[in-house]
Amino acid sequence: MAWFLARLVLRNCFRHPLRTALTALGIIVAITAFGLLRTTVDAWYAGAEASSASRLVVRNKNSLMFPLPLYYRNRIEQLEGVKSVSYADWFGGIYIDRKNFFPQFAVEPLSYFPMYPEFVVPPEQMKAFQLDRRGAIVGRKTAEKYGWKVGDQIPLIGTVFAGNWSFVLRGIYHGADARTDESQFFFHWDNLNETVKRILPDKANQVGIFLVALEDPSTAPALSKQIDGMFANSRAETLSETEKAFQLSFVAMTEAILLVIQVVSFLIIVIIMAVMANTMAMTARERRREYATLKAIGFEDHHVVALIAGESLLISLAGGAIGIWLLYPLAAWVGHRFATIFPIFIVSDRTPLAAAAMAALIGVVAACAPAWRAATLKVADGFRALG
Amino acid sequence: MAVAEPPIVEIVGLAKSYRRGDQVVPVLQDINLSMTRGEFVALMGPSGSGKSTLLNLIAGIDTPDRGRLAIEGVDITGLSEGELARWRAEHVGFIFQFYNLMPVLSAFENVELPLLLTRLDRRRRREHVQLVLELVGLADRADHYPSQLSGGQQQRVAIARALVSDPTIIVADEPTGDLDRQSAREILDLMESLNERLAKTIIMVTHDHLAAERAHVVRHLDKGVLTDRIERPRARATG
Repeated sequence: MAWFLARLVLRNCFRHPLRTALTALGIIVAITAFGLLRTTVDAWYAGAEASSASRLVVRNKNSLMFPLPLYYRNRIEQLEGVKSVSYADWFGGIYIDRKNFFPQFAVEPLSYFPMYPEFVVPPEQMKAFQLDRRGAIVGRKTAEKYGWKVGDQIPLIGTVFAGNWSFVLRGIYHGADARTDESQFFFHWDNLNETVKRILPDKANQVGIFLVALEDPSTAPALSKQIDGMFANSRAETLSETEKAFQLSFVAMTEAILLVIQVVSFLIIVIIMAVMANTMAMTARERRREYATLKAIGFEDHHVVALIAGESLLISLAGGAIGIWLLYPLAAWVGHRFATIFPIFIVSDRTPLAAAAMAALIGVVAACAPAWRAATLKVADGFRALG
Repeated sequence: MAVAEPPIVEIVGLAKSYRRGDQVVPVLQDINLSMTRGEFVALMGPSGSGKSTLLNLIAGIDTPDRGRLAIEGVDITGLSEGELARWRAEHVGFIFQFYNLMPVLSAFENVELPLLLTRLDRRRRREHVQLVLELVGLADRADHYPSQLSGGQQQRVAIARALVSDPTIIVADEPTGDLDRQSAREILDLMESLNERLAKTIIMVTHDHLAAERAHVVRHLDKGVLTDRIERPRARATG
């Protein structure tokens, strides 16, 4: 019986090829759009997702705009449970044109990279970088985008730290996995500090953030409290948080946009659900006589429900499968095209599952009303209504 | 003796009405009818007289308001929807005016439908289907789809589908109503042959006097009441 019903479902799907094709096309577009929007949301959270639970970020309690004194480093380093401390400053320079955006950080070279094993740099390049105060390391994507090679001079126009800056590219890092941002640019914090000493002496020897590697990730809350307590009532009070919380605080600034994207992604599903439900209602209405005939012969309500639900699910899942299949090349294209905005634009493992669940939901919901009507259809009424 | 044979269909005091808005419209009133095994009964009457309603009640696809309706001694008025479906699968073969074949199934598959509800395996089902297709003269059209068959051939497939599970009764609602005269005659010949050769009990609703002439008994319905009964001799020459 199951085999017969499956065969009938399959044949019914192709009774109106154009109608089925157009409905499936709608589902393909909806599922692809749903997946793409979810990937966009994931891309927003990529920084937070890639962050380590064993690293703390310490910043000025008032704002990231305000720096912290460099000497805090020694005091933080002395705390029990702290493995190492590094520091960084946001540079925000322009490469030739404003549209050529990529994140740039002044970092302490000896402590920073050991703390970030996800940035994989060939040892000889790392050594060359460490030895050259004007040296820089850049991510693979940015190097490829601008055609940079090791040894190239990279000119940047400072915005936060005004002036014309020039760096020598000493290394190109690769991400340890697909979720590592390969667009960042790093140079020596000492290089920055020397210039600041000269042009803005009172801003010298100050850093944007401290990065604290922990011996044990579970000590993060206690150590955060300890660090902040240590600098309470000082001229630069601190706010310590896990790297994830730090990243999420940036995401929170654009939470409204994310909410809109998520609402739109679900609205697309609701719209296609209505379209599919209309198609199935129309289909089931055309086949009332057939359902009545089957029931007259002795088929029961659940057989008729299986026919309608099966057809609805088959169309929606087929459309969903194609939509998910198309999502990958489309996401790759979007990721490449908008690499500046989304350095990590990867379809997560959850997205195809969510998309498949949505496709199944579309099929089930669309079948509900016609299946219920067909199940409650009185055989005599089924014949009477149509002559 | 045929008279002493227990009735295969026994209807006593059957009534049915429909609700149209606030109004209750009586369709059948105090129907009493009895059929014996192998009988061929034609129900005639003007449109709206309740013929199809009575046929639907006998076939178990509609339920009466009151009265007793027993098929082979089983009162089907008390059966639930599920029980009725299973009962129909076993006891009733349907022939419709518009054939009601599944357009996406071949003739063979359409005939096989009722057997899918039985415990017969695939091989036995195939044997049964081939047998009835031969009986209706369509063995060579088994793979054809309804759209590839004429109206008369489609009705033959429908008759094969009605026969295949060897039901207790065959109900036919205007079986020749959608056919040309030649095809109608062939279908009636076939039904008459089934009745005579296989002793199938047939109850047929028709407007057509020529069709009714093939039946042993013609009952007239008028405004929901069975009126006269005309009996015809059983043995008839076909063709």
